[in-house]
Amino acid sequence: MAVIDLANPTRFLKLVERVLPWLALATAVTLAIGLQQSLAAPDDYQQGATVKIMFIHVPNAWLAMFVWGVMSLSALGTLVWRHPLADVSAQAAAPLGAAFTFLALVTGSLWGRPMWGTYWEWDARMTSVLVLFVMYLGLIALWRAVEDPARAARAAAILTLVGAINLPIIKFSVDWWNTLHQPASVLRAGGPALDNAFLIPLLTMGVAFSLLFVTLHLAAMRNEILRRRIRSLRMMQAAQGAA
Amino acid sequence: MFGPYATFIVGSYAVVAGVIGALIVWVAWDHRRQTATLRELEASGVTRRSARGKTAAP
Repeated sequence: MAVIDLANPTRFLKLVERVLPWLALATAVTLAIGLQQSLAAPDDYQQGATVKIMFIHVPNAWLAMFVWGVMSLSALGTLVWRHPLADVSAQAAAPLGAAFTFLALVTGSLWGRPMWGTYWEWDARMTSVLVLFVMYLGLIALWRAVEDPARAARAAAILTLVGAINLPIIKFSVDWWNTLHQPASVLRAGGPALDNAFLIPLLTMGVAFSLLFVTLHLAAMRNEILRRRIRSLRMMQAAQGAA
Repeated sequence: MFGPYATFIVGSYAVVAGVIGALIVWVAWDHRRQTATLRELEASGVTRRSARGKTAAP
């Protein structure tokens, strides 16, 4: 099957049916290994056992931004190439991105209380991630508010691309402003600052959560394609009834 | 097992498990719902043009 064939929703659905069980299996296995490594990781000399929160907080924070990146590429697909699956991809990804952002905020808050003495601080990193969460909710509301998917797609794509400005702000907020949040310790110049005892479980959990996103995204795209088919069939039914 | 901060650690993992579990259940339930609705529509005689083309072909 050529890549161009995937532009056809029917062929895309066939591919999803084939790969979804294998992706789900790979996710479950990687997640089990990651959880085992996370539990076996030693306590940090400063943070103690709370370092274990990092293994779920950081992958969720990565995905919160990555999913918006995927949606931005999909937005380009909608506006520039008018790819039939681009808006389907963005619409399917938005609730997943919102969930990952919510989890990054909650786990960060639960990690912050014992380490910083507060659940929340209006600093640059936390506030910019909260803004990202609100933008996800706004986009979901926009898609729900406009009944015609084609009309909603263009507005959502523009909003997504404008919202992408927030991604570098989140990433570099810890460098540009004084924040409670620690600076980057994995993706940084000079390589990761983490010891392998923490880095390996973190990367395994990162891969597991990424696989989880791909699995859920493909499944949600399949649902969205079916939803749009149902909508057009109902419109045909209504037109036949009116004739 | 996790010392004085067990509540925060277990709480974090529990929230993640709950939300991820809810996402998986929601996606699976949505698929069942959409598939059932599509079958109902097709059973009532409403079909897509491409599907009609397939049945009409020799």
